[in-house]
Amino acid sequence: MTGKEYRTITDVKGPLVFLNKTEPVAFGEIVELRLTDGTMKNGQVLDTSDDQVIVQVFEGTASIDKQTGIKFLGDVFKLPVSTDMIGRILDGAGRPRDGGPDIVADEMADIIGAAINPYSRQSPDTFIQTGISAIDACTSLVRGQKLPIFSASGLPHNDIALQIARQAKLVDSDDDFVVVFCAMGITAEEYNFFVHDLERTGALENACLFVNLADDPAVERLITPRLALTAAEYLAFEKDYHVLVIYTDMTNYCESLRQIGAAREEVPGRRGYPGYMYTDLAMLYERAGLVKGKKGSITQFPILTMPGDDITHPIPDLSGYITEGQIVISRELHQKGIYPPINVLPSLSRLMNAGIGDGKTREDHKSVSDQLYAAYAQGRELRGLVAIVGEDALNERDLQLLKFADIFENKFLRQSRDEDRSISEGTLDYAWELLSNIDTKYLVRLDQKWIDKYHPTDKKE
Amino acid sequence: MEVNPRKKIKGSELKMSEENGVIYRISGPVVTAVGISPRMYEVVRVGDEGLMGEVIELHGEQSVIQVYEETSGVRPGEPVIRTGQTLSVQLGPGLLTKIYDGIQRPLPELEKTMGVFIKRGVDADGLDLEKIWEFNATAKAGDSISSGDVLGTVQETKTIEHRVMVPPGTSGVIKSINSGEFNVTQTVCTLEDGTDIQMMQKWPVRTPRPFTKKHAPEVPLQTGQRILDFLFPLAKGGTAGIPGPFGSGKTVTQQQLAKWSDADIVVYIGCGERGNEMTEVLDEFPHLMDPKTGEALMNRTTMIANTSNMPVAAREASVYTGITIAEYFRDMGYDVALMADSTSRWAEAMREISSRLEEMPGEEGYPAYLSSRLAEFYERAGRVETLAGGDGSVSVIGAVSPPGGDISEPVSQGTLRIVKVFWGLDAGLARQRHFPAINWLNSYSLYPPSLDQWYRDNIKSDFPEIRTEISALLQVEAELQEIVQLVGSDALPVDQQLTLEVARMIREFFLQQNAFHDVDTYTDLKLQYTMAKAILSFQEESKKALAGGAALEDVVNVPARTDLMRGRFESGYEGKIDKMLETMIKQIAETMEDN
Ligand SMILES: Nc1ncnc2c1ncn2[C@@H]1O[C@H](COP(=O)(O)OP(=O)(O)OP(=O)(O)O)[C@@H](O)[C@H]1O
Repeated sequence: MTGKEYRTITDVKGPLVFLNKTEPVAFGEIVELRLTDGTMKNGQVLDTSDDQVIVQVFEGTASIDKQTGIKFLGDVFKLPVSTDMIGRILDGAGRPRDGGPDIVADEMADIIGAAINPYSRQSPDTFIQTGISAIDACTSLVRGQKLPIFSASGLPHNDIALQIARQAKLVDSDDDFVVVFCAMGITAEEYNFFVHDLERTGALENACLFVNLADDPAVERLITPRLALTAAEYLAFEKDYHVLVIYTDMTNYCESLRQIGAAREEVPGRRGYPGYMYTDLAMLYERAGLVKGKKGSITQFPILTMPGDDITHPIPDLSGYITEGQIVISRELHQKGIYPPINVLPSLSRLMNAGIGDGKTREDHKSVSDQLYAAYAQGRELRGLVAIVGEDALNERDLQLLKFADIFENKFLRQSRDEDRSISEGTLDYAWELLSNIDTKYLVRLDQKWIDKYHPTDKKE
Repeated sequence: MEVNPRKKIKGSELKMSEENGVIYRISGPVVTAVGISPRMYEVVRVGDEGLMGEVIELHGEQSVIQVYEETSGVRPGEPVIRTGQTLSVQLGPGLLTKIYDGIQRPLPELEKTMGVFIKRGVDADGLDLEKIWEFNATAKAGDSISSGDVLGTVQETKTIEHRVMVPPGTSGVIKSINSGEFNVTQTVCTLEDGTDIQMMQKWPVRTPRPFTKKHAPEVPLQTGQRILDFLFPLAKGGTAGIPGPFGSGKTVTQQQLAKWSDADIVVYIGCGERGNEMTEVLDEFPHLMDPKTGEALMNRTTMIANTSNMPVAAREASVYTGITIAEYFRDMGYDVALMADSTSRWAEAMREISSRLEEMPGEEGYPAYLSSRLAEFYERAGRVETLAGGDGSVSVIGAVSPPGGDISEPVSQGTLRIVKVFWGLDAGLARQRHFPAINWLNSYSLYPPSLDQWYRDNIKSDFPEIRTEISALLQVEAELQEIVQLVGSDALPVDQQLTLEVARMIREFFLQQNAFHDVDTYTDLKLQYTMAKAILSFQEESKKALAGGAALEDVVNVPARTDLMRGRFESGYEGKIDKMLETMIKQIAETMEDN
């Protein structure tokens, strides 16, 4: 079907080109644009009819004029996939960015991706140890989960993502993860930070990068995560890899989505974002999980920066409705100089219960986690009270809880960027040690049998 | 825009006719066809792959179609074929234990034909047409029968007897009827006028099934969830809305209701939610025992799963598919409970389709007909006298996912105007890990007046009064808390400090309920009543002790009180609680002597 070049552009609006009188063009078809100066651009059909076709141009519409030639390539967007992608750096449209050769396709995969049949899914229940206590103890991650990092500008979400990528492992297996990294509109500096770290630790050889930077075309960002996830699906479900997908920054992705919506003059939903943003995000996030009869898995770590640190903003809000929990980074903790500044209180892992406990992490994990949470929550609340009435007004229990909140932040949360704590000794035993700063009679969330067994001073030998 | 029906289309050998047209335009899930004049809501086949679609608007020569499958790669000029049918479900033995997508395609069948990813262009019957069922005729030759009458029964699952009914609109005198082994398309009964009746009937999903009349609900739907049953009960045949921000517990609450409510049949619609949540239900239900029958809960359950990443048009339809199946079981005389998680995703599907139709938007881009669609849906709930004269009900519980947790938005508001029960989930409570995170101050139920007689007759004559006392204590606590915020609790008089203690006991011992704890997950109404009474006894005895000179600190810290409260996590609690209460009363009395 390739061949005819049309010069029938009628309108150009934002990233969209409108043209008349073409052959029957498929919805979603890929388009090549040749500008009068010979520059080539790519696009995709968003709306098609006998009379009019609307094309979204990935590289933006700068310099496009009515003389621009448009060719329809006869197919929807497909990505050449193969295991050779591992160790490679590709651009936001899937072309080599590392100077290496083109990917020789093992197959061509449709990037939209089909939905996994819910009946064919397998419940994720294998604990992943990240070596970060806050996550492992309180918002445990399991293989096949989608757990976003809700952050904000200026916070060290990238360090945390990288630390997870470096340290993530199963407790009793050496199965390694392959990292698929997807950059959407991040700065060159951030990108270099990622690449250097991956290089430094040798992880780059086990990773595949899709990179769209801040100065790359904004509309291209709409396909970059789809390419990354298509690669991830191929590696996981065709080639049995356990894949960890990190994508950053979802906020830039959503901005591009809003831009397209505005150019199409769609009726916007909340705060100007398209009404279908929930569905659109779900089409990305839901490409995580395990399926019956396949060995591989896809675990997702989307990173998003909350505009104005506002968790009710549509981007974190809609994400939270789709993902299986969230890890919330706190500016307050960051300002106190604590790394990783994870606020465990609004953080949640919905799949935690399936992945922890006897035979998975440790029998006392749930109790310890509940107790840490409760004690820290109360301690933090007391800080507010103390600010008003002073410490003298507190009883013994409250004083201990107040002190514990500091201990929790300074010892339990705080760890170095290279510190990889094991779940049993590094995290849970440590939690017991810190909890022993509180009188046992106040530790109501801990079952007596775990106190007898694990409490550093009150245990029965 | 001028429409030029395309007469010569390359690659398409179809002749244009009444039945066959061509695609004029494709915009996401919405396709416009020309050259056909179908009826509204007629099912059509779209494109070379024959994708399933439904006509949702007629506009001059154009028919606007929402397509239930992904449309990328489809081109203008491809054929559109009428089927003459409106979107319908197949009803008959074989619905239970099934999991369907939004248009009643069984997901296991889809897996067989297309593997783990849902591709397109595949049809699958809602019922297994081959499967042989043992039909026991209960009607006999010579009987005069009409719509809704029961002709015979089939043991569909271990616990549910399927009642094969005369399809609506059919009546006459039975010429022959046979017990024996049949599949759902074979004739089991022939009428004098030659009409053959099969076990399977079809019903258009957007039309409510007929019944004789609606009754006022008088019986509670018992859920085993203390805050719901005791403070904000739902009636059989009633409607409830659960709005809440993400992570506040909508899905857990819906699943608890699906597990523990005393309905005969459960229809669970996962509408635009997570894939893994449906997997969880699928994994869990076959292993969960129905406390009434001792058999797997799956036996009474039908699931519809149209997850967030599956086509939005099918998501829009999923709610109708579910409620039609619910009504069908209601017509057999069953009490059916339907959970829709989440109606907000359904509303968003409407919004998306509506915006593709370039309709004039209402509030926040939702179509102007949003609230009437919501009302029509909840109106399909109710307790009815069936056509056959029996008593059946459909209770509807809809989760709502308000953006940012703010319920001033159109879907929450549209829902609250209709439903009679509001279970308001609260992010703050969820953050404190107070579960279920239902806010007792702003939630409500309008059913108690019509249910109270039932409680008096079946649980205890003063049940309503006890409920009132418990709610009143919670109200008083809220007022006292405002003072405490300013001056600290020590500044309150001792009787008010006691009130705070009692209210805390209501919250921590009674309202909090751990869905994941084997024992705590379910409490029957009688035990709920006993627990509530125990709290009031604590209050009464403590008052006496304080009047007798005891110190508040001693009264609230009697060890037996902790035992009483912890006891709810142990099995056999209903047998032990009276004894524990007695001990507590004794210990409280002793606090006076210490002084
Ligand atoms: N009754 C309960 N008992 C114990 N834990 C609960 C209960 N209800 C909710 N939770 C906890 O809250 C978490 C979130 O609940 P749930 O998934 O139902 O939220 P949701 O409101 O449906 O969120 P979303 O709208 O994002 O789907 C659960 O994973 C669980 O940890």
